[in-house]
Amino acid sequence: MANKITVGHVHMSGCTGCLVSLADNYEGLFKIFDDYADLVYCLTLADVRHIPEMDVALVEGSVCLQDETSVREIKETRERAKIVVALGGCAAYGNITRFCRGGQWNQPQHESYVPIGDLIDVDIVIPSCPPGAESIRNVCVMAYLLLQGTDEQKELAAAYLKPLMDLAKRGTEACGCDLMYDVINQGLCMGCGTCAASCPVRAITMEYGRPAIDRDMCIKCGACYAQCPRSFFNFDVINQFEGIMEAIDGAMGKGGE
Amino acid sequence: MVLGNYKSVISARAADAEILKRSQDGGIVTQLFAYALEEGIIDGAIVAGPGEEPWKPEPVVATTRAELLAARGTRYTISPNMMLIKEATRSYGLDKVGIVGTPCQMQAVRKAQLYPMAMRKVPDKIALAIGIFCMENFPYQGLEAIVEDHCNVKMESADKMDIGKGKFSVYTERGAVSQIPLKATHKYEQPGCHVCLDYVANLADVSTGSVGSPDGWSTVFVRTKNGENVWSKAIDAGYFETKDIASVKPGLDLVTKLATDKIDKNKKFVEARATFGVNKGLRNPYI
Repeated sequence: MANKITVGHVHMSGCTGCLVSLADNYEGLFKIFDDYADLVYCLTLADVRHIPEMDVALVEGSVCLQDETSVREIKETRERAKIVVALGGCAAYGNITRFCRGGQWNQPQHESYVPIGDLIDVDIVIPSCPPGAESIRNVCVMAYLLLQGTDEQKELAAAYLKPLMDLAKRGTEACGCDLMYDVINQGLCMGCGTCAASCPVRAITMEYGRPAIDRDMCIKCGACYAQCPRSFFNFDVINQFEGIMEAIDGAMGKGGE
Repeated sequence: MVLGNYKSVISARAADAEILKRSQDGGIVTQLFAYALEEGIIDGAIVAGPGEEPWKPEPVVATTRAELLAARGTRYTISPNMMLIKEATRSYGLDKVGIVGTPCQMQAVRKAQLYPMAMRKVPDKIALAIGIFCMENFPYQGLEAIVEDHCNVKMESADKMDIGKGKFSVYTERGAVSQIPLKATHKYEQPGCHVCLDYVANLADVSTGSVGSPDGWSTVFVRTKNGENVWSKAIDAGYFETKDIASVKPGLDLVTKLATDKIDKNKKFVEARATFGVNKGLRNPYI
C-alpha cells in the first residue's frame, strides 16, 4: 500500500508490557506493518540505533532523570516525531515507577522517574497498564486515517483521537482518586462498575454502587478514570460504534461478510 | 435521536410460561438470553443476580438457564454489571459474552469496545448487549427508604416492585399492594442519573421495556445488525409472541413522550451544571 506512515516504539523505563500488548494484535500486527505503517525504530524488533524522523512515536515507560541517555532520547523523540503518543501508564502518568526510591544495584542513584509529559509536550495518551492490544490497534488505524485518509476519514479520526488528546492536556498525574474527584464528587457516577473491571491490580471494588479504591494498591496507571463512561463520552463517535467497528475490522482484514 | 437508531420495533412477550411466571413484564431479557445460550450465540451472560440482602442485586455471569431464571425481574437499584465485563472473558473464559444493562451501562459497553484502553479481550467478545429502558435508578438505601418508610413494607416481604402509570408499587407475599406517587421517590434518585441523555438504551443490540406495550408485554427495539440477526432467529424459532407496535396501546407515542421528557429535563440539568457555582461550574462529561 502506498503512503504508509512511519512509526517508532521508543523505550524509556518500562517493562516492555506495552510493546508486548502491541504484539498481542497477532496477525493484526503484521497487517499494520504490511499495509499502514513502517516500523522505523524499535529497540526490541528493529536494528536501528538512533531515533529517526517519524510520523508517530509510541513511547513506553517513564524518564529517569538521572539517566542522561533517556533524557536526551525523549527530547530527540519530540523533535523528530510529528505525533508523540504516551503509550501506557508509565509514559502517561508514571505508573509504578512513581514509587521508585533508587538504591537498586547497579545504578543506585537512579531514583526519580517522571512521565514523559513532564519533559515534553505529548499529543496523545493511551492509559492503562498495559493498554489493551485493541486500543493500540485502534489508535494506529486512526493515526493512519488522520495522516493519509480521505477528508471524511480525517474527520472521524480527529474526532476519535480528540478525547485521548484531551487526556494528554489534562496532566501527568492519575490515580484511582480521580474517580472520586472528577466523577463521584462531581455528581456523575451511576455505579456501572466499569472502573472495577478496568483496574489491572484489582484495587477497586464496588461498595453501595460506588467505587471504593484501595489506595495502597493503586499503581497510578490512569485506566479506571479513562475507561469510565462519565470521564469522557463523545456521542458523535461512540454512537457510530457499529460502523466504526466494522471499518476497523475491515482495515484489519477481518469481517466483510 | 430520542429513540436512537433502530431497525424495527415490536411488542412482544416470552413464549415460555416458566419465564413469564416471575418476569417483570414480557420476560424479553431472560428469554432472549436463554435462547442465545441454547443456540451457542453466547457462552454466558452478565445479569443482575440475587444478592445477600433482599432486592439488592449482585452482578453474576450466568452460564445456565437456571442462573438466568434466578435473575428474572427488575430490582430498582444499582447492579454494577460492567464490573464483570473483563472477568467474563478471563476467569470465566467466555468467548461470546451477553450483557444486560441500563442505557448508561450500554454506553460503557460501547466505549469499552471503541476505546478499550483497559479492556483487553473485550471488544470482539460482546456477542449480545441487551439494554433496558431506564428513567433513573436508586441507591439501595434509597430503595429501602421508599419501600420500608414510604410504602411501609419490609424489603424481605416484598414480592414484586413496579413503576408505571405514575406510581411506585410494591406487591407483598400476602397479596397486599402498597403504592405511592412516583413524585415521592424523586428525591431518592441517584444524582448521576440526572445527566443521562438516553431513555431507551440507544446503544444496545436489542433494547426493551414495558412502556408502550400492554401489561405483561414489552416493547422491543432491534438496533444493530447483530441484534437483528439474533432477534429474527429467536422469532423464527418461536421463542416470542409478538404484536405489531402500531396495534397496541399506548404504543410508541408514549415511549417517545417519556424519552423526550427525560432527555429535555436532563439536558437542562447538564446546562445548569455549567454555572452551578459563582463563576464556576461542574463537569460536563460529554465534552
